[in-house]
Amino acid sequence: MLLTHILSVSIWLPILAGVVVLLFGSDSKASFTRWFALASSLAAFFATLPLYTKYNFSKGAFQFEEAAQWIPSFNINYHLGVDGIAVPLILLTSFTTLIVVIASWEVITKHIAQYMAAFLIMSGLMIGVFSALDGILYYVFWETMLIPMFLVIGIWGGENRVYATIKFFLYTLLGSLLMLVAFIYLFQKTGSFEVLDFYQLPLTLNEQILIFMAFFMAFAVKIPMWPVHTWLPDAHVEAPTGGSVVLAAIMLKLGGYSFLRFAMPIAPDAAHYLSGFMITLSLIAIVYIALVALVQKDMKKLIAYSSISHMGFVTLGFFIFSQLGLEGAIIQMISHGFISAAMFLCVGVLYDRMHSRQIADYGGVVNTMPVFAAFAVLFAMANSGLPGTSGFVGEFMVILAAVKFNFWVAFLAATTLIFGAAYTLWMVKRVFYGEVANPKVAALKDLSRREFLILALLASMVLGVGVYPKLITDFTHVSATQWLGHMAISKIPMAGL
Amino acid sequence: MGNIQVDLITALPELIVLFMAMLILLTGLFAKNKIIIYALAQFTLFAAAFITVDTHTPAVGYAFTGMFVDDTLSDVLKLMILLGTAVMFVYTRQYMQLRNMFRGEYYALVLFAVLGMMIMVSGQSMLTIYMGLELLSLCLYSLVALDRDNAKSSEAAMKYFVLGALASGMLLYGMSMIYGMTGSLNLADISSALQEANTKNPVLILGLVFIVAGLAFKFGAVPFQMWVPDVYQGAPTSITLLISSVPKFAAFAIAIRLLAQGLQPMVADWQDMLLMMAVLSIAIGNLTAIAQTNLKRMLAYSAISHIGFLLFGLMSGSLNGYASSMFYISAYVLMTLAGFGMILLLSRKGFEAENLDDLKGLFQRSPWTAFLMLVTMFSMAGVPPTIGFYAKFTVLQAALQAGYIWAVVFAVLMTIVGAFYYLRIVKLMYFDAPLDNARISAPIDMKFILSLNAITLLLLGLMPQTLMNICAAAIARSLQ
Repeated sequence: MLLTHILSVSIWLPILAGVVVLLFGSDSKASFTRWFALASSLAAFFATLPLYTKYNFSKGAFQFEEAAQWIPSFNINYHLGVDGIAVPLILLTSFTTLIVVIASWEVITKHIAQYMAAFLIMSGLMIGVFSALDGILYYVFWETMLIPMFLVIGIWGGENRVYATIKFFLYTLLGSLLMLVAFIYLFQKTGSFEVLDFYQLPLTLNEQILIFMAFFMAFAVKIPMWPVHTWLPDAHVEAPTGGSVVLAAIMLKLGGYSFLRFAMPIAPDAAHYLSGFMITLSLIAIVYIALVALVQKDMKKLIAYSSISHMGFVTLGFFIFSQLGLEGAIIQMISHGFISAAMFLCVGVLYDRMHSRQIADYGGVVNTMPVFAAFAVLFAMANSGLPGTSGFVGEFMVILAAVKFNFWVAFLAATTLIFGAAYTLWMVKRVFYGEVANPKVAALKDLSRREFLILALLASMVLGVGVYPKLITDFTHVSATQWLGHMAISKIPMAGL
Repeated sequence: MGNIQVDLITALPELIVLFMAMLILLTGLFAKNKIIIYALAQFTLFAAAFITVDTHTPAVGYAFTGMFVDDTLSDVLKLMILLGTAVMFVYTRQYMQLRNMFRGEYYALVLFAVLGMMIMVSGQSMLTIYMGLELLSLCLYSLVALDRDNAKSSEAAMKYFVLGALASGMLLYGMSMIYGMTGSLNLADISSALQEANTKNPVLILGLVFIVAGLAFKFGAVPFQMWVPDVYQGAPTSITLLISSVPKFAAFAIAIRLLAQGLQPMVADWQDMLLMMAVLSIAIGNLTAIAQTNLKRMLAYSAISHIGFLLFGLMSGSLNGYASSMFYISAYVLMTLAGFGMILLLSRKGFEAENLDDLKGLFQRSPWTAFLMLVTMFSMAGVPPTIGFYAKFTVLQAALQAGYIWAVVFAVLMTIVGAFYYLRIVKLMYFDAPLDNARISAPIDMKFILSLNAITLLLLGLMPQTLMNICAAAIARSLQ
């Protein structure tokens, strides 16, 4: 029973645990609330592990499928299934949730139950997004997820949180609703909301372009791509550490994943037709946003811009349409999940002690927090793409694929190795090295055991994927080949047939 | 036909309500303990609801020489009206007691209004429909003015009456033109007469315009929405709750009866009119709601935009579209009951929680109440997993099927605007500090029903199929 419903368990276990925390947890029972949240996030993580151990690497089709009728009058089904692109992202999600729960242990002191519940529920919903094979089911998960994130930023966020969270919600909603219209349009044509039916549906180029643009609005906002990225720095800066981690590590990936699952295979001709446009946007994100990151004074804002720049590699990898580029992009998504989570947690460590995110308030932290500085430097190196870390693998594969595609595209993309290193290492230099800047820095205490644990976990993942990327390519390889095969076939109905 | 016994049995629920309303009016004069009246009123609603369900058959039955119809649509809508009113009575009891309006007239007038709605729902002749409508309207006018000494209420009642009378006049005028051209008041006869008539006849078109205008007024659709904000704000909140909820079922019913049954042959003409009203309602309702600081007024504009969405389903002109409209209106009434129920819950003696700022910090005062309001607001905004999402989904689907793609895209963009002011309420409740820390005191039954109401929004959002089936069956069996 449990083994045939692995996906359902992965989705609903954290959601139900979240509801239980909401009902029975409270600030007066803080310790119970925290331990229960930890136990359930651990259980939820283990629930997703069979996806890894039981996955059939040689099959390209969807696995662990579950299907049941949900709303028959619109032929909407509860249809779940994953391929090699989704599984690593699902594992990333349950892993990140575990990290977030541990990371907020002592940090969150108000409304603990609601905070933990929000992240548990969000975790289930995000896994739902990664595994839904029915348009409306997907849409429901995708939209519902906004509600807990909206509350997380708004309740536990920084000073300007209301502006940031409303901007976040409305931006995302704008994109999603157009996607809903596209789904309904596809439903009129096929009579169902099954993604697999959508894949087979012939569409004219004009239809494909409109559908692609509707999806593009939804996913480009989420990734986010330039020029609809402006919500992200605001949301990141104002969100509590846990919120930033989930936003950067998983929510951005939802956009990238959805391009692969929906926008591109449903409208493959439009994807080819618009690839120049998409590549241009990706390059602008990579180069221009990296320059923007360079001048940031706020650490969180800098990492936020760095995320946008790194996600540019993901979209670039998609729209080159080569095996290497696609797999590189997927690895980049996973790797960025670990690295950005780690970077935000590092900022969180400093913020909890100093209540400042301004680079200028720091200096010489290495003298008082040597262990922490070691971790931070490792993650910074990974962020700038040092070989041996996961940050290198994805970027290198995408750049390599880009060289085959067009030298100048590759050249512009490769500048990130310089700019990325510049903004990350310059920040590290200003924060960690030099003289101890002020008495507050001199009084800093090094990592607690809890902080050490989460950073060590993330560091091992960053190095693990960096040294042995086969961990991920094992999953992606067959699925990516199949995906490219699908993308190569035109869906435009032949004239005269 | 012609058999008085059959006629009376067909209209049994109506007769019960009629008899009991008069009884309550009498009892109200003598009863020392007014709670008896409340119990009687609730009993009436449940008795009528029980008989409606008990005598239900899938077949269509006629009474009073074809002027009155008993079909699945009327049974379902009556049941919803009766239950909705019962919920409303639960929500308003304490509010009325504290404001010295807990009197026999209140319950009698509401029951007469319910009777009017039931007659509208079952109206098969333009005359029956008009009678029901007037019975409903007259009761509502006086209910708005129930708080006699309140100048704002009186003003609202006056406005409502003058504009409402004008709209009734328009409706009647339109009906008379249609009658003049077709020679019948019976909707089925009108429909068959129109099938042979030239529907481009100016008198027919003019008649249609007047009828649609009258309907639009009753719905509160743009450009006949002027009364809505003033009446919603001016009326005592309990009456606002009534006006904003169940009468919409009746308005929906006469729209179906008149447009989809009687004037179906002129579908191409009224589709265009509804399209304009729908698009304008969504735009003006949503844009104006942003600027409001009064919660009741904001919900009034929100109601206007919801009516716009409802019209999207109607204008599709298909069974599927009508069913989606019916689903929408059911969802909307559930949401609006919860929304105004919340205002009533937060109001106390001498204090109306009608400003947006009164919701500040509700999360800290009462997490559960805040959660219920959160669900209601997200449902109104149309965010899954609430029923509000499926309501929007079904009407948009119907409109898209009918080919109104750009209108759908426009409506979707306006939904974003709408989301903003619903989010603002969530923001006030969750992100701001409370202004006052008064304890929320309400009778246990009200708390329970209100919780149930809001949770239903969530449950129906997860499992919308049953309600969809009911709506589809009601429409399909009644409109063949």
